[in-house]
Amino acid sequence: MLSFLVTRLFRAALTIVLVMTFAFIVLRLSGDPASIMLGPDAPTDSVAAFRAEWGLDDPIWKQYFAYLKSIAQLDFGVSMRDRSSAINLVLERIPATLALTVPTLFIQLGIGIPAGVFAALHRQSIADRGVIMLSIFGFTIPSFVMGLLLVLIFAVTLGWLPSGGQDSWRHAILPIATMSVGGIGILARFSRSAMIEVLGQPYIRTAMAKGLSWRDVVWKHALPNASVPIVTIVGFMVGSLIAGAVVVESIFSWPGIGRLLIVSVSNRDLAVVQCLLLVIATAMVVANLCVDFAYGLLDPRLRSKAAAH
Amino acid sequence: MTVQATNTQMAPRFISRIRFKAPLLVTFGLAWLALMALTALFADVIRPYEITQMDLSARLSGPLTQGHLLGTDELGRDVLSRLIQSIRVSLVIAFGATLLSAVFGTTLGFLAAQFRGTLEHLILVLADFQAALPFLILSLAVLAFFGSSLTLLVGLMGFYGWERYARISRGLAISAGAQGYASAVVQLGAKPSRVYLRHILPNVASTLIVSMTLTFPEIILMESGLSFLGLGVQPPESSLGNMVGFGREYLTRAPWIMLAPAFVIMMTTLSISLVGDWLRDKLDPTIR
Repeated sequence: MLSFLVTRLFRAALTIVLVMTFAFIVLRLSGDPASIMLGPDAPTDSVAAFRAEWGLDDPIWKQYFAYLKSIAQLDFGVSMRDRSSAINLVLERIPATLALTVPTLFIQLGIGIPAGVFAALHRQSIADRGVIMLSIFGFTIPSFVMGLLLVLIFAVTLGWLPSGGQDSWRHAILPIATMSVGGIGILARFSRSAMIEVLGQPYIRTAMAKGLSWRDVVWKHALPNASVPIVTIVGFMVGSLIAGAVVVESIFSWPGIGRLLIVSVSNRDLAVVQCLLLVIATAMVVANLCVDFAYGLLDPRLRSKAAAH
Repeated sequence: MTVQATNTQMAPRFISRIRFKAPLLVTFGLAWLALMALTALFADVIRPYEITQMDLSARLSGPLTQGHLLGTDELGRDVLSRLIQSIRVSLVIAFGATLLSAVFGTTLGFLAAQFRGTLEHLILVLADFQAALPFLILSLAVLAFFGSSLTLLVGLMGFYGWERYARISRGLAISAGAQGYASAVVQLGAKPSRVYLRHILPNVASTLIVSMTLTFPEIILMESGLSFLGLGVQPPESSLGNMVGFGREYLTRAPWIMLAPAFVIMMTTLSISLVGDWLRDKLDPTIR
């Protein structure tokens, strides 16, 4: 188990270093930071002073290590717009994004998995077909179309809910609903197929043959075994949740990190974009680590297999 | 190149399997996709107006008004004409990007299978990295650093999903090597390029085609998402996402500007999913 943990932690750290390297390379490829920061018409002596201050005349590997060092000290540079620290700008936006993504994740899990499992247990019924159709619709509707349709119906036509902003809990309903739809569809579909696969296994027949009630077969034998593939999908969904937040926050003018990303990209505010990139990558890596550990908890076979490698 | 070779090799088997009776929804999906392909192909002919032709006296007129089947936008430009042009732009981007990422990913996968060792590790690490960041975030970062242009956009979308092809083609090429037919050809003195393109590729093509039906709608959604956010296709050129993005401003007064392209996006991704699912059942023994 210990070597399993160590391998996963090592790979997580490697991924984050890769993301930092990517950000560094793209930043260097995109042009001279001095002319970006100071503008094309800056006098030569101030450009020279800037280059000296930021170490731009050093060899590239030295710059790379200086960059890694500053990130290790949580120094991400300053925003080009108002010269405030990039990391603070990002950190103060995080709670707003969490206020959308965390309820969304719970709604997706709470509706998607039961719907998929129910469909699998009642195969070929009307409920099953309904779940399949709805889930296909759920994940083929792009979130920006879904969001605008919800605004059109509930804010413009019916006038029940506000169409944007962040003043009360009622403002969060439409964004959360928009983000939930796609994930519910994906989860329902995958839980259904995972459950159907498990129900066809010989150990289910054995459990039924030894006289267990259907209820016990489902709860004690089928669900625990179907949970491994379902957890994998949940791990992938964290990424789409963050990507979804970018779109949804921008539709509903919700002041989270997604909106900050769009604004910074439009303004080419490189320090903030870079900082966001790292924060998002870290969140994804941590989520995937949690999924890996959940595997170990859910399936003892994976634990010993991973340790053997 | 590689894709053409694939198609000719695949054609007879592919067609005989398709001749199975298609379910109603799949028929519908195929019909919709054919309609979209024809629209994209003949956009110049069927477009009633130029996409930039303005008529300020007929601004924001509703659907079914005279001369404008789907109404006009805030500058009096015909929504139907813009829709037709947008379908062409979005499909061309998605098609180009799908081919690009299939060729790129498959090549890397074959290289990994052929040379193993360090190169293989490097490619797998890159694939891990690609999976570590949501692609939308990655492309936003690249667009932030380099600015937006159509070439960059197609190139960028061409990186979408390459790691899937790389993983699949590497795995399949390695197992093909173990099956003996590949080593038999090597024994006969074939060069690696011949072994991979003429012998292994036709054998793994159906799995790769299925992956392409998965990536294609995702690329359409990715491009329209970026364009919706104002960072993809730039005006005066127009794409489906970009039309929805601009139509959003007139959501209350002229919802048709946004509803028409939104409907097309939904129908297209839905059709590809339906057809793709069905193709997967028919063609691919390895993925379900």
